[in-house]
Amino acid sequence: MRIKSTLENYLFVTPAVLIFSIFYIIPFIFVFRLGFYDWDGIVPLKDAVFVGLANFKEILFHDPSWWQAMRNASWITLIALTFQNALAFLLALACDREIRMKNFYRVVFFIPPVLSEIVVGMVWRFIINDIDGANMINRLLLQIGLPQLAHSWLSDPKLALNTVAIVHSWKGFGWGFLIFLAGLQTIPRELYEAARVDGAGAWHSFRKITFPMMVPVMVLVGILTVLGTMQAFVLIIGLVGGEFAGHTSVPVLRILACMRDSSRFGYACAQGISFGAILVIISFIQYRFSKERQLKKI
Amino acid sequence: MKTAIYYKAKKNTINILIHLFLLTVAVTCIFPLLWMVSSSLKSQDVIFRDTSFLPRVFHFENYYRAWVEGGFGRYFLNSIFYTAAVVIGIVIVASLAAYAFSRLKFPGKNVLFIMFIAAMMIPIPGSFVALYVLLNKLHLRDTPVGYILAMINVGLSSSIFLLKTFFDKMPTELEDAARIDGCSKLGIWWHVALPLAKPVLAVVVVFNALSVWNEYVLALIIFDSRRFMPLQVAIKLFQGEFVTNYPLLMAGLTITVLPIIIVYLLMQKYIVKGVTAGAVYG
Repeated sequence: MRIKSTLENYLFVTPAVLIFSIFYIIPFIFVFRLGFYDWDGIVPLKDAVFVGLANFKEILFHDPSWWQAMRNASWITLIALTFQNALAFLLALACDREIRMKNFYRVVFFIPPVLSEIVVGMVWRFIINDIDGANMINRLLLQIGLPQLAHSWLSDPKLALNTVAIVHSWKGFGWGFLIFLAGLQTIPRELYEAARVDGAGAWHSFRKITFPMMVPVMVLVGILTVLGTMQAFVLIIGLVGGEFAGHTSVPVLRILACMRDSSRFGYACAQGISFGAILVIISFIQYRFSKERQLKKI
Repeated sequence: MKTAIYYKAKKNTINILIHLFLLTVAVTCIFPLLWMVSSSLKSQDVIFRDTSFLPRVFHFENYYRAWVEGGFGRYFLNSIFYTAAVVIGIVIVASLAAYAFSRLKFPGKNVLFIMFIAAMMIPIPGSFVALYVLLNKLHLRDTPVGYILAMINVGLSSSIFLLKTFFDKMPTELEDAARIDGCSKLGIWWHVALPLAKPVLAVVVVFNALSVWNEYVLALIIFDSRRFMPLQVAIKLFQGEFVTNYPLLMAGLTITVLPIIIVYLLMQKYIVKGVTAGAVYG
């Protein structure tokens, strides 16, 4: 009777565990194994050549395009961390008060995050590309008499990465905005009242109340921004198109290209492992950093 | 001496500035979409000359052509089918597991649960490479079944987590009563637990529906056959082939975006809930 009941209980988790094992755990193990092999995806898997750490050595020392992709992703992440999150925080501050149309703003700011990356990329490409002189932004700049500000936003190697970063921030800020706003609303209003009674100005109560209470939320948004932005790539496919030229390439695009264009499955997996490890380390450091800061406060 | 009028004027000025800031950002959020719709109604001849927001002539036939000649009707139905199948799959599989993790007793329960949660935290950026190989081996690549199962897995961990958190807080009286009345465990899950979990199920449904509808990379590596492709992959292919026909491309993009906007506007309460729930968890 007991045994039958336990078996019955296992039935509840069986579908989840089966799907999870096949589509998560096996690929996970598989990535780790393949990372040490040289395999073109065509010959039978058992004939793949074991190459030890060769793939990882190549990533570290002989693959400038990988490191360029890492630099590009870091740059986009830096802009997302500063510009995108600052914008999100300012908008949240502006909405966290008695203000009309609060709900309208909240609904509108979260429109870009619910759109797909490929659509966002393609719509913005249509607005700022250079084909057939279709560039809407440039036309607008010409009309208002600022032709010197018109640029080839996507084909100029110096600009393309920044364009990608700005469009990425456009797509992402609404999401940080919502989390910041939720965080701000958990701060008890009495604190502000008390501060005002004690004669604190707006700036002072921001520095002494709002900011310290928002640090954990900022760290959380920071971690999620880094993890999300470093791995972003679909937006770039939509925005820049098929030409994954070096100046807008990012790590996941390299992994995809290694697999699809050069059929180097083992190398692609090794890149995935290295990149995953870097991401885990970054988020761990950020997490520790936030813990220490909070301890110091106490 | 500063008067009350001075303070009132100062407050109003600040409010106007704040609204200006908020409105500017709001306009940048909406403008690209309006421009997309407006361009989808122009003809190819004037699309780059006619800079007006409202086209002089509305070319609604662009939608008909995109739907029929561009094949977006087919891709649209594919996307609807995948979204429905994956969401139903996730709701059933995740709620069964979450219910067991919350209410039932069996050895290894905690280990299994932690395994699901750990999967949410560890990023494996190259996992699609392995998934591609695996699905090839199972002869599930380029099949709807392979894509649906892979996508169920994508939403599984977070859905189990959300549902388990909800079940943990749910009082057990109703379930106890059902048990005394002789209801089986499966019956309790279906007749009692699931109906009570409606608010959190709504979050699970909306979030997973958005994520399946918007998914790109797995569909890209899994499907070779055009007849199976969902919208996101098809629209990118379309751009490559009909590179010069911008109105049709914009009509296709509008078809791709419209369901998302509608679902978002109807369900935005649940979306806000889900985003903040995810944040609290983190």
